Amino acid sequence: MSEKHHIIPVWFFVGVLFLVYGVLILASGLAEWSHPAGTVLAELHAPVWWGGLLIMLGAIYCILFRPGKQS
Amino acid sequence: MTLLFAAADASRLAHLSTIDLVIIIFYFALVLGIGFYLKRFAKTGEDFFLAGREMTAWVAGLAFVSANLGSLELLGWAGNAYQYGILAAHWYWIGAIPAMVFLGLVMMPFYYICKTHSVPGYLQLRYGSAASGLSAITFALMTVLMSGVNMYAMAVVMKVVLGWDINFSMWVSSLTVGVYVAAGGLFSAIFNEVLQFFLIWFGALLIPILGLIETGGWKGMVARIQQNFPGQDFTHMWGPMHSFSSNPMGIHWTGIVFGLGAVQAMGYWTTDFLVVQRVLSAKDIRSAKMAPIIGSFFKMAVPLIVILPGLLGLAVLPMHLVPGGQLQPGQHSYDEVLPLMLVRYCGPGLLGLGVTALVAGFMAGMAGNVSAFATVWTYDIYRPFIKRTAPDTHYVAMGRWCTIIGLFISIGTAYLAMKFASLMDYVQNLFGFFIAPLFGTVLLGMLWKRVTHAAGFWGLLAGTTSSVTMFFLMKFNPRWVAVFALSPEAKGLAQAMYQSLWSCATCVVVTVLVTLMTKSRPDQELRGLVYSLADVAKEEHTSVLHKPLFWGLVALALLVVLQIVFW
Repeated sequence: MSEKHHIIPVWFFVGVLFLVYGVLILASGLAEWSHPAGTVLAELHAPVWWGGLLIMLGAIYCILFRPGKQS
Repeated sequence: MTLLFAAADASRLAHLSTIDLVIIIFYFALVLGIGFYLKRFAKTGEDFFLAGREMTAWVAGLAFVSANLGSLELLGWAGNAYQYGILAAHWYWIGAIPAMVFLGLVMMPFYYICKTHSVPGYLQLRYGSAASGLSAITFALMTVLMSGVNMYAMAVVMKVVLGWDINFSMWVSSLTVGVYVAAGGLFSAIFNEVLQFFLIWFGALLIPILGLIETGGWKGMVARIQQNFPGQDFTHMWGPMHSFSSNPMGIHWTGIVFGLGAVQAMGYWTTDFLVVQRVLSAKDIRSAKMAPIIGSFFKMAVPLIVILPGLLGLAVLPMHLVPGGQLQPGQHSYDEVLPLMLVRYCGPGLLGLGVTALVAGFMAGMAGNVSAFATVWTYDIYRPFIKRTAPDTHYVAMGRWCTIIGLFISIGTAYLAMKFASLMDYVQNLFGFFIAPLFGTVLLGMLWKRVTHAAGFWGLLAGTTSSVTMFFLMKFNPRWVAVFALSPEAKGLAQAMYQSLWSCATCVVVTVLVTLMTKSRPDQELRGLVYSLADVAKEEHTSVLHKPLFWGLVALALLVVLQIVFW
């Protein structure tokens, strides 16, 4: 992203955010698997697949835009 | 830790779990960490105020859209979708896309090649100090006032939804913004806006997905709305606008096409420095042209996470929401539809993600306000009128101090709004007063070399004065609504559209008349500032897929398809 400055790309920070949130949300979804929260459509276990999606996207962003690779 | 966040309030909509709080705290830690990391790169004025002019088209484009995607925008427009139906999507489609494409293809080259730091900076070059000073002072004042009012409104939402103490919400979020913007300048603001963009999408996207599963798809949703609100049309965009009385907004299609699409949207997206500043950070002219066009595709998709949840609220919520001013105990206002839908579908973890998206939206909006305020104050008020010559480091230091000072003025405004509720009504209309006439002034200046300094100033002043006058006449004497908004049935949004249209027309007429009576500047003084005297680089050797014009046309074609689909 930067030519004058060697700044870590913002996409790397997006990846870190997704990865951490994905892990937290997936863990929360798995923890409540047998007794889901009292929300509508809780039986679909949205936190599990949404957390998984965030982990996947986060990992891709972290790998593609990791600081060492940019320079 | 929970005690820190919550004031015991049994009426709150949601209760956060420990995992939700961890998610929120991690976001605060990350943005502060990014701010301190970026501080080392924000050394010169160009670094601090324009992020070094080295952002790619994608980063500048996302920041451009994101600066407008604040949490109040999300809550407010989801509420408008509940109140007015899919008509609210006009503000995302015809009320944004043509203007963004126009900015990229027509106006951005002028802003970029004259190397201005701001929109008032362009006015300084084109019209001189009077018009620039008027625009800079009103923009700086309005920016911090708006920021304060938004801050208070957001704190109220956090109290209603989560039971958070208002003072706690305001101080923690605004001080965090102050620290990271003062550290990294526009670098920090843009990084945070890009993060916020992704957070909002992934925090809110589950609502329409789960909502459509619950209703059995679009057709199921429409059937449920018709069952809950018989005889009302909430799901067509143009059909119900053949007359003022045939839609819940009280607007005619001319108000949408000319007031919203041709004036208000053009004014906001092409001259509001808060959003234009993001594009000015682009690394080259092609990126500067592409950034708003890239942004237009994302803007086109935003109704999915804002308008659709409002419509789903009409279909699935067991209660009917009411206007904010008519709330009785146990009722909810239109603006609470998005949090209500969030709570309906999102349990621990996902709720924290959704709340973080709202908080991040507020913080990014505030970062946009204070960074734009710091730039306009330093370059368009302090430097031309107070201290003309000083080293670059002096202006950077001034920018950092302005960030903090702007923040405290915003906090003060928030407390004023807390004490005088009616102040919010007025301040939220302030930008409407200035944006539409400013568009007339900037556009005439770019396209017609004959326009003079005096014409620019008097046109802008006349347009702004007429806008304020129309607003107060309609506010205090409904008889004027039928005169300016063409129908006594025009509601607030419809009135604003016609107010924009007439104020821009006033600006243009006065500018033309004064121009004809005054002496124009020689051509050599206008090089690079007007269309007929600008050497805009041609992109003859790039492939079609790399041409901004091609992608601009694709965006417009998609817009037409969407209008036909939801006609």
